[in-house]
This record gives sequence, structure tokens and C-alpha cells, in this order.
Amino acid sequence: MAGPLKKEKAGVVDEGIDVGISRLSEAKIQSVINGVIESETGARLKTYVETCIHCGLCSEACHYYLSHDKDPHYSPVGKVKQTIWEMLRKKGRVSPEFIRRAAIIAHTECNLCKRCTQYCPFGIDITYLMSVVRRIIHKLGVTPLYIQDTAHSHSVTMNQMWVKGDEWPDTLQWQEEEARVEIPDLRIPMEKEGADIMYSVIAPEPKFQAQLIYQAAIIMQVAGVNWTMPASVGWDNSDMAMFTGDNEIMGRLKRSHFETAARLKVKKIVMGECGHAFRSVYDMGNRWLGWSMPPFTIVHAIEFYHDLIKEGRIKIAKKYRPPITLHDPCNVVRGGGLHEKARYVAHALCENVIEMHPNREHNYCCCAGGGVINTGPPFKMTRIEGNRVKAEQLFVAKTKGAEVLVAPCHNCHSGLHDIVHHYEIGLDIKFFGDIIYEVMEKPAQAGP
Amino acid sequence: MHTFYNVVSGPLAWIAFILFFGGSIYRIVRMLMLVAEKEKFIFTYMSWRYSLRSILHWIIPFATVSWRRQPVLTVITFAFHACLIATPLFLLSHVLLWDEAFAISWWTLPDAVADVMAIIVILGAIYFLARRLTQPDVKFITSASDFVILAIVAAPFVTGFLAYHQWLSYPLVMCLHVLAGDIMLAAIPFTRLSHMLFSPFTRAYMGSEFGKVRHARDW
Repeated sequence: MAGPLKKEKAGVVDEGIDVGISRLSEAKIQSVINGVIESETGARLKTYVETCIHCGLCSEACHYYLSHDKDPHYSPVGKVKQTIWEMLRKKGRVSPEFIRRAAIIAHTECNLCKRCTQYCPFGIDITYLMSVVRRIIHKLGVTPLYIQDTAHSHSVTMNQMWVKGDEWPDTLQWQEEEARVEIPDLRIPMEKEGADIMYSVIAPEPKFQAQLIYQAAIIMQVAGVNWTMPASVGWDNSDMAMFTGDNEIMGRLKRSHFETAARLKVKKIVMGECGHAFRSVYDMGNRWLGWSMPPFTIVHAIEFYHDLIKEGRIKIAKKYRPPITLHDPCNVVRGGGLHEKARYVAHALCENVIEMHPNREHNYCCCAGGGVINTGPPFKMTRIEGNRVKAEQLFVAKTKGAEVLVAPCHNCHSGLHDIVHHYEIGLDIKFFGDIIYEVMEKPAQAGP
Repeated sequence: MHTFYNVVSGPLAWIAFILFFGGSIYRIVRMLMLVAEKEKFIFTYMSWRYSLRSILHWIIPFATVSWRRQPVLTVITFAFHACLIATPLFLLSHVLLWDEAFAISWWTLPDAVADVMAIIVILGAIYFLARRLTQPDVKFITSASDFVILAIVAAPFVTGFLAYHQWLSYPLVMCLHVLAGDIMLAAIPFTRLSHMLFSPFTRAYMGSEFGKVRHARDW
């Protein structure tokens, strides 16, 4: 009923989508859509679609909608209308061009951040509806190229970044060696059976952010944690397959993760500052495997740091001076309720914490999560332009004096980096780990 | 006209009530069966505490961020729904009908109050109609069925209001009023008016997921 999109996405070329579309026939589309709907969905999809009263209250929840001057194509229910409603209404008889648009909407114009679910009076899980669309897109072979490559990496190497078998322990040993300059007896204990904690990270850490492993090792060492990291597959807790709708690969990944923890006989899995991995390990992957809750206690870095600080296992030598503002990542806040613990950590570490608004469960998404940043360069501007409202939110925090933005999630970190850069907001972005490493009491450094 | 009245208030009313109660039970049972058949895990996550916590927040005006962001809509929708349910239940002339037919009766609203409540429903319906036609995000997702269900809901109140004030042809308006009431009752389980039946369940499930698994507020 409304006019065409202000800016047509025709310019975007994604080989995964476009080559995939060229191979589709209407018959194939129909059989895949109906197959997914009949065999994989049930009361949720049916009830959600039949209960939605088309009120539009979810619109205001979406950062894409707000950032595009309230263009109805970007409202959550608008995206549902342009995808799953049509598929259901036409009983799967939709065109390849429709599927192309659906793939772009579900993969690049929705972060599955669940904010809209909090604004729907009926609690309709719009994220779930978008996930069903992604599942259909996956089964049609039309997933955007970059994120599909990531899912392939998961499938082949059991990690997200094509990290080879020997590169992983090599990286840990390299970081151990580096950190020994600072603390001579430091270890990164690999394959230590019976340790209290298995520490797991996402593959980008060994791939290009090895200093995060270094910092984690220092924190563990100083806090006297009995920890280990596996040398085998199962070390990577990330999961882009969850976001491509490749549930089978998601299941394999999480099984390998949990089985590795079981093999090492650890009590808990502590994970680095990553949001989507938390969602995968704590909420999605475990369910796919039949565990209503994860088979291990899952401790996200925010909670881990909270406990270490509260128990006095790490002490703060001198609080961090530059004023910080704290970003609440959707997967650990709306998905894990860690917002107050994050604030405890922030206040314990920093002299001045400036709240951005809205915050906690109502914070605006980073626009990178839900696999959107993983769709790569073709859609970089989609997520930057789709989150102007975040830039405005950050700018207000900046004008109140914030100099540093703490984002305890990898995807948020990278996405916010692009936003801060593009909109020239001028905030340094850090993990909690960066700040803890900087301000914690450490044993006297080994002199040269 | 007498025959028409006897039909709409006799057999058609019976059919409407049977469709309403029978249909409602059928739809809810079918949904629960479908959950048991294909998504049994949902039962695992249901929690009375978090279900009620969520429902309670959402049935209180301004108790959620979403309501607070839409003050006009919130006032109107709460007034609309409250009057929509209370007016027909507690209208003196309705209760008299129950008394005549089955010798049961209960507390009733003063007619003047009921009159105002009917006007609130009608104005609410006009507001929703205007919102559908003018607000771009709502307009974008509006389909013909949205107008139909709005008309189904508004019709008994418009005709009831006209009948009470004896405007236009009273016998005809009265017949149309009863017919409109029959249609609305029968339509509830089989159109998206069924949000009346299903929203407590969807709300409860999301409340449970947010409370029990995600430890976060869903309001």
C-alpha cells in the first residue's frame, strides 16, 4: 500500500544471492517453502501470524525503521509482510525475484536482536519469523556469499575463520610466550583435564585479535583461575550457521563444543566477550541438541569478570580515567540479563560511566549482529545507514563527556567501529578485557 | 420484521454462541495439540510466574515501554477494549434478555454510562480506522481483512447506539444490531479477532522465555 523503497537495493550485488537465484525455479521455491513450513514449523508460526493484529507497535523498536525516517519497509512487521506472510499467503508460489528480496531483508535488514518482540503487546517473536525466512533462504541456496563462506568454514574446520588444526595451539603458545615477558611463570594450559574452567573464544581471536587471548591469559593467571583451553576442535564457540539457518551445522558445532568440555571434565565453560556465541551456546545450539538448558554452566565474560572483581580475585590498581559509555549487546542483555553485572564491572573499573539512552534491555542494536556484519562488504553500507539512530545515541553520550565506548561483544565492537568511523563520532571502542588488563594489579613486571 | 427479529435473536443467536464458545475451545485445543505434536519443548519453558508477570505488565496501561511511547494509542486502546467487553456484558437490556430467557441476571451498568461506553468503542474504531489509513507503517501492512474485522467489531455498537436512541427505523436497527452481535461473536474464533483467545498464550510464552531463560524484562 505504500510507495516503493526510497533507495532501491538493485545496486547491491552478492554472488551468493544472485548466483543462487539464477538457479531457482518456481517449483523448487514452492517445494522448499512448503517443506520448511510443513515439517519444521508448528503452533508458533501459525499462532503468531494469526494473532498479529497489524497494529505496527513493533515499528518504533527497530533501528532500521528509525534510521530510515520511518520507512515502513523497514518496520519489523513490514519485513514480515514482505517475506513470510507472502510466502504463506501464496502457499509458496513466489518468484525468484521475491526470494532475492526476502534474502536481503532477512539477512541484511534484520539483526534478530529481539527488540521488536519487546514492543509487541502480544509478544510475537518476530525474530523467530525472520529465522524461518533465513532457514528457507538457506534451503534454497541463496544465502549471502560471505556469511555462507563462514558457515562453510564451520562445516570444514569446526571454526569460523578457516583456522587450521596446527594454527590454533600454535597461536596459544605464541601468546603464552608473549605474555611470559610480563609474567614469567604464566601458562595457557592446554588440554588440562579436570580444570575448573574451559575458556572458549571465537575464531576471529586467534585469527586477528590474538592480543585478546593474551589479555585473558593474564587475567586468568593473576586471578589464580584453574583453567584450560582445548587443543582440538571444539575450542571455537562461534556459530554463523545459526544465523544462516543451517541448524544441522549449528548442532554439530555445539555438540563438539560441549563434548570437548565433557572430555576435559571441566565444571564450567567461560566464554570471551562475544554475544552471538553466547546465544548459540546458551540458547539456540543446546536446544537443537535437545538440551532445554545447556549441559554445562555457561559463563559469559561479563559475568566472569563480575565474579572475579566481586570476590576480590582481581584488584584494581587505579581506576580507568577516561569517561566511558556502555553498550548493552542484545544477546547477553535481552538474551542473558547481564546488564546489571555489566554496570557493576564498568563502575568497578572506571571512574566515570556515562549511560547512553535507551539502555539495558532497551538499548539500540549495533546493527552488526545476527550475522549482518558477516554478509560482508556488499552490505556494509546497509548496516551503517541502517543504524543512524545508534550514531545519534552515541553522539549524545559523547556530548555528555564519554570518550570511550565499551562494547562487550565482538560483533557489536566491529559494527560500532564502522558507525563511529562513518559518522565521525570520535569514540575509542574497547572490550572490558582491554580495560581490566590496563587497570588491574599485576605482579611486578620482570625487569629487562 | 418480526420474523427477521425472531431469526436473528433465536436460531442465529444460538448458532453464534455455539460458534463462539465451541470455536474458541476448538481453536485453543487445536493450538495446544499442535504444540504437543510439533513443538513440545514450548511446555518445558512455560512458567506461571513469568507468564503472569508478563501478562500483568501488558494489561496495565503505561506499564511497558511500548505503551509509554504511544500515550494516545494506549489510552484509546485500553478504553476501547474495556468498553468493548464490559458494555455488552453489563448492559441492562442484555441482562434483561438473559433474565427473560434463562432466569439469570447480574449487576448492570446505568444506561447513561453504557451509552458513553458505546460511544468510546465507536470513537476508538474510528481512531483505528484513521490510523490504518494515515500512519505509513500501519497502512503498509493493512489488508482488506483489517477493515472487515474493524467493521465487525464496530457494527454492534453503532447499531446498538442507534437503537438505544431510537434513531432511524427502530425495528430495523434492532434487528441489524442483533445480527451484528451474532456475526461478531461467531467471527471471534475464526478471524484475527482471535487475538482475544491467543494473546494470553503468546504473551505467556514470551514472558516465560524472557524470564526463565533470558533473565530479562519483556516490557
